[in-house]
Formats: sequence, C-alpha cells, structure tokens
Amino acid sequence: MQTLIPDVQGFMYPNEVQLTWSVLIVLYPFITGLVAGAFILASLARVFHIVAVQPIYRLSLLTALAFLLVAPLPLQLHLGHPERSFEMYMTPHRTSAMAMFGFVYLWYLLVVLLLEIWLDYRKDIVLSARSRTGVMKWIYSALTLGSRNIDAKSLHVDDRVGWMVTLIGIPSAFLLHGYVGFIFGSVKANPWWSTPLMPVVFLFSAMVSGIAVVLLIYQTVTYIRKRPMDMACLDTVAKYLLYIFLIDFSLEMLDLVHRTYEASESFRTLDFMVHTRLYMSQIVLQIILGTLVPVALLALVQVVKLGETLRRRIYTLAAALTLIGIFAMRWNVVIGGQLFSKSFLGYTTYKMAFAEREGLLPAIALLILPVLILWGLLKLLPPWAEQKV
Amino acid sequence: MRRIFEGWGHLIQLACVAVALVLVFFAIRQELVPPEFGKYGHYRPASLDEIAARTPVFAGREACASCHDDIATAKGKGPHANVGCEACHGPLSRHAQDFTSQKPVLPDTAKLCVICHEADSAKPKTFPQVVSHEHAGDTACGVCHNPHQPKL
Amino acid sequence: MDLSRRELLAAAGKFIVLSGAALEAFESPSGAVAADSKYRMADHWWAMTIDIQKCIGCGNCVRACALENDVPEGFFRTWVERYEVNGDDMEHPQVESPAGGIHGFPARNTPGAKSFFVPKLCNHCAHSPCVQSCPVGATFVSPDGVVLVDQQYCVGCGYCVQACPYGCRYLHPTKHVADKCTLCYHRITKGLTTACCEACPTGSRQLADLKNPRDPVHEFLRVNAVQILKPQMATGAKVFYKDLDGSVR
Repeated sequence: MQTLIPDVQGFMYPNEVQLTWSVLIVLYPFITGLVAGAFILASLARVFHIVAVQPIYRLSLLTALAFLLVAPLPLQLHLGHPERSFEMYMTPHRTSAMAMFGFVYLWYLLVVLLLEIWLDYRKDIVLSARSRTGVMKWIYSALTLGSRNIDAKSLHVDDRVGWMVTLIGIPSAFLLHGYVGFIFGSVKANPWWSTPLMPVVFLFSAMVSGIAVVLLIYQTVTYIRKRPMDMACLDTVAKYLLYIFLIDFSLEMLDLVHRTYEASESFRTLDFMVHTRLYMSQIVLQIILGTLVPVALLALVQVVKLGETLRRRIYTLAAALTLIGIFAMRWNVVIGGQLFSKSFLGYTTYKMAFAEREGLLPAIALLILPVLILWGLLKLLPPWAEQKV
Repeated sequence: MRRIFEGWGHLIQLACVAVALVLVFFAIRQELVPPEFGKYGHYRPASLDEIAARTPVFAGREACASCHDDIATAKGKGPHANVGCEACHGPLSRHAQDFTSQKPVLPDTAKLCVICHEADSAKPKTFPQVVSHEHAGDTACGVCHNPHQPKL
Repeated sequence: MDLSRRELLAAAGKFIVLSGAALEAFESPSGAVAADSKYRMADHWWAMTIDIQKCIGCGNCVRACALENDVPEGFFRTWVERYEVNGDDMEHPQVESPAGGIHGFPARNTPGAKSFFVPKLCNHCAHSPCVQSCPVGATFVSPDGVVLVDQQYCVGCGYCVQACPYGCRYLHPTKHVADKCTLCYHRITKGLTTACCEACPTGSRQLADLKNPRDPVHEFLRVNAVQILKPQMATGAKVFYKDLDGSVR
C-alpha cells in the first residue's frame, strides 16, 4: 500500500491508511470538556460556597449550556447514517462504552444543566414574562413552564433543590467527560489510548479548558459591557486554573513516564511518532505553549505581586494558550492514535479536508456556533442585574 | 398536607411532565425497535437472512465438474488437481447456471502463470517456480505447458 | 390456548403451505435461493485455517474476495502481507502489502533473509472486541460463529473499526457503514466454501467448521504448531495459522 500512497511510512495494514475519525471527533471531547469545566466552576460557587467566584456563577452555567447544545453536532456530521442515531437510545448495547453516553448526555442536559439554570433563573423569567411585550413575552411565558409562583417559599424550594442538583451535577459532570475518556481508554486494540489514566486525564484537562474558556468569556463580556473587571473573581478563578492545571500536567507526565519506563512493545513506535509526526502538536503546542507557558504565567502571578492590568493580560494570554493546548491534547489523542499502525511497523498521514462534511470548515463553524448561542442566551437570560450585553 | 407541598407546585408539575416524557419514550421505543431484536443476541435477526441472501459470484469447483468432467478428471491427475477452475478462469456462477448467459474468457498464459510461478524468495522452496525470462524468454507458458496437465 | 386437534392440524397445514410459498418467493431472479433451508446455524461453528508454508502470495484470494463481495477499491476484506526477517531481528521485519496484494507481489530474490507471505482477514473472534464496542447492536457474532455487520442498522460511527486489533474493518466509502469480511456467509450457508478458499491454488486457506467432527481442522489443530494473531488481546480469534513466524504482527 505504501508504494501507491507516498505519505505512508513503513507498513500499515491496508485498511488503516485512511483515518476513520477526523477533526470532528477531536472537537467533540474538546467541547464536552468545556462543558464539564465550566460547570465545575459554577459548582465552586454554589456547592463549595467560594464567594469570590459567585459573579461568574450564571455565566458559567450558560457557557456550559451553549457548548452542550453544540456537542452532539460534530458527532452527527461524522456518522455515516445520522438519521439512524436514535438507535443508540432504542437499542443501546450495554457492553459498548459509546452506547451509554447518549443517556449520560441526556441526563446531564435535562436533569442537571437545564434544571439548574431554570431553577436559578425562574424568578427573572417570571418577572420578564410579566413585564415584557410581544414575542419576548411569549418566549418568557413558555419558559415559565406554566408556573408563575415566585413567592418566598417557592424561591426557597428552588434554592434548596438547585443546590442538590448542583451537588448531583458534580459527579454527573465527571461522568460526562470521564466517560468520553473511557470511550478511548477502553479500546485495548490501541496502545496510545488504552490506559486507565485516560478518563482521569480527560477530566482534569476538561476542567482546565472549561475554566480557561469562562475566564476568557468573562473578560470579553465585561469588556463589551464596559464594566470594571471583578479582580477578586478573576484572581480566584486563575488560582483554581493553576491548581487544576498542575494536577492535569502531573497526570499526563505520569502517563508519559510510565510508558517510557516500561518501554513495552508499542513504546518504540509511539515515541517515534511523537518525535516526528506529532512533534508540532504534542511537544510544541500541547506541552510547551499549551501547558508549561500558561502554568509559568499563572504561577508568576501567585508568586510576584503584579498590577491589575498586567494580571488581566496574563490571564487572557494564559487562558488562550490553555485552550489551544487542550485542543492540541484532544488532537494528539484522537488523530495521534490513528497515525501509527497497529502492526507497530509504520505511520500514515492525516489529510484534513477543508470544505467537506468532516473538514476544517465545519469544525471552525462548530466552534463559532456555541459563541453565537451563548450570545443569544446572555440576551435571553442576562447573568447580571442590569442587563446591557 | 398542603403545607408540605407549599412552594413545590412548580417542581411537582415538572416532575409529572418528566414522567410523561419517559412514558412517551418507551412507547416510541416499542414502535421503533426492529422486530425480534435480541432473539439470538443484541442484533436484528433478520440481518442474518439478508446477508445470506446474496447471490454467489463464484460457482465452485463441483459446479464446473458437473459439465466439464473430462477436464476435471484430467486435471485431477496432475499437480493442478487442487487448483480451482475459477482460480484461473475467473468467477463463472452465471455460466454454471446457464452457459449461454456468460462466455468464459480464456486467460492469457503469458500473463497468468507467472502470478503463481515467478520465482520469489518468499514462496515456499518446494513450490515449482522459475525466473520466467531465463526459463522461457518471451515465449508464453501455454506454448509448452497444458494448463490442465502442466507436467511435461 | 385451547385448540381442538382439528384446528391445530389446520393451522399447521396453513403454516407449512405459507412457509413453502415464502421460500419460493425468496428466490431471486437469477435462480439463487435466499438461504439453504436445510442449513441450521446451531450445527456449525465456523473458523479458518491458513498454512503459511503453502501461501505463494499470488493474490488470488484478494481478487476473488473483491469480485465476490463488491469490495470497494482501496479497501480490503482480506489481504496478503509479505514479510522479510533479517537474522535475529524479530522486532523490525520488513513488511509490504502493495494494494493488499491484489495484483500479487513484485518478484524479489533475497536469499539471505527469511521471507514468507501472510494472508490476513477478519479473525471472527469468539470474544470479539468489535462486537463489544458497537453502540447499537449492528455488529454481532452469529450463532454459527461468524462476525457480521447489519448494514441496514449500522450508524457508521467507526468505533468498531477502532476496536479491531487486526485492522480488518473499514467504513465503506459509499454505503457509509462498517464493512468487513463476512466469511462469505452467503456461500457457506449454501454448502459452498468462501471465495478466498475457492480461489486459493495451493490450499493454504481452508474453511473450517469446528462443530463438524469430520472436518480436517481437528487434525490440523492437533498435529501442527498453531498460532493466532495477537494472542495477548484475548479475542478468541478463530483463524488458525500453521507455522506463523513470531515476527508477524
């Protein structure tokens, strides 16, 4: 096969030369990771009562929702027969890691995220339903789900139930994204994926990416609203970002050190792949620019007293680099896992299409879409008292 | 009783809707799950019949021998005894069913035989193989060897 | 249900007539019968044996399979690999499979090295990781031991392709479903052998039925040093190789 297709090096099983999973499958764990991370940030406020983080509680929830709504789309675009995707709900194969995910997703969307948002916003929705006119009145009336009761007792009930939902939401968020990690980690045929660390690494990198995206979104939205940045909030969020990043980095290094030390059969081929075809995305983008630089920047802020403007700039840079780094990590797992042959004797290349169904263009569109949805959500359910988004 | 549920009205309403949705889900599922799914395992048993219903393209040696028994007998005595007819003559199930519907094409021995018999280090040493241009120059194999009884 | 004897006989008679009619209706225009009505799945447990010492790398099997099963170009339900092992270096064999071996292999004379051909196909694993991974139940092990894909049900997610340790699966480029060797299920259920075994000129590949006490496979397994591919994966692979070198991946 390698004589016909020049970008194969060494030997690949003939069916392995073309990759089965494309950039869309890279997008999917990236997006669900943002969801899980943003939600954990919200739970820091609601469950762990970290007061400094309170100002971004609602923003985090809406961010999580915007990304969660887009999460199934890359999958639908990838499926050979998306019109049959309901089969995963009709006849889920209980031995398949992927089958159960449909239910985990639904659970998280309906019982955790939507319920929590509804409970938290219910008073504002009812007030808007009363005060608005025209189409917006209809929309808000529909959102009340038939109940206009916002007396003190019902609001108290909302608060208690909402707290419980957030509490359940934390393991649910872990399940949501840890599950994606398990989908890869349970594939014994692929030594790049098959490790019990995979769900844990995915989860912590998800939290890192989610916190980073909320950091960026908060700064952007506050800038657009021409309001002062809540530095206590930003500093606290950045601190948590650093801590969780350190855990994430340690886990990834543990995986690397373990592989290098044991040097089992697949190691040689994986090591070579990382140093050649994955060099840019793994060493440069994921590790150096995407992890070491942001961690250094965030640590710097903890150690040296810096002015507000400088801190904000550092947070923006660190968050942006983090997102690039976590995307690169997903890329390295999904694409990297398909670049080497299961015979351990060769490598292929990923030819990413551009304007095709599984190409770069839809991928970019799917990254922009949640931002647009979030913009709509911020208008519909403003997180802050005086609405001016 | 009212006191316990005071303030819970909107959630009880929501819970009822949720239960209703779950029931609707199961009703839809009843309609959409293929018949007898799970009979032999977690799959649609009808697919076994669908897959088995494909028409064979190769007829198989026995089919050829039923008409061409003279060639089959002659071939059966030589080193090509276990080489199937269609291995050289290509798929012929339509010909086997109705010999007028498909006329077999005689393979070109100049190209066919070397596929198996060109010398290669990876072939088993006991397998008859030659370096064809040394063995016969440009002459086609069929000039000297009868494919059905190749031994000279 | 209380039926009188007469009612029972009438029902049975109707059933027999209708089944017969249904079977007749099942015949496709070319005269082939849908499935051999005498074939019982419970009587068979299909496998395959491959004798490396007999494979000559002619590629007949790859061509026959492609013709028999409309295999799309560039994808392979079966293929042949050419191995070359130098001295004691078991970890770095030179392997090639130009177009899966469909046009045979360019002749090579390398007397110093150990070289041989390895035909590969779906191993129809008894504990198949691909079946385990399918989220909807579109791929399965049939009651007679063949791993099949229900192409009317498959959603084309590709998880099974990732789960197969042997690289024998692919996503069909036009049907957009998973595809792979079916062990010519449509042939073996009619008493024929698979297309690859039919085409193999040396008898290297042989279809085997482990439930048939007279099948040569039992002797084959008893008398020879037999290997399966990637035994460490514990897949219960049912393609048994004779004299497969340890360098084979």
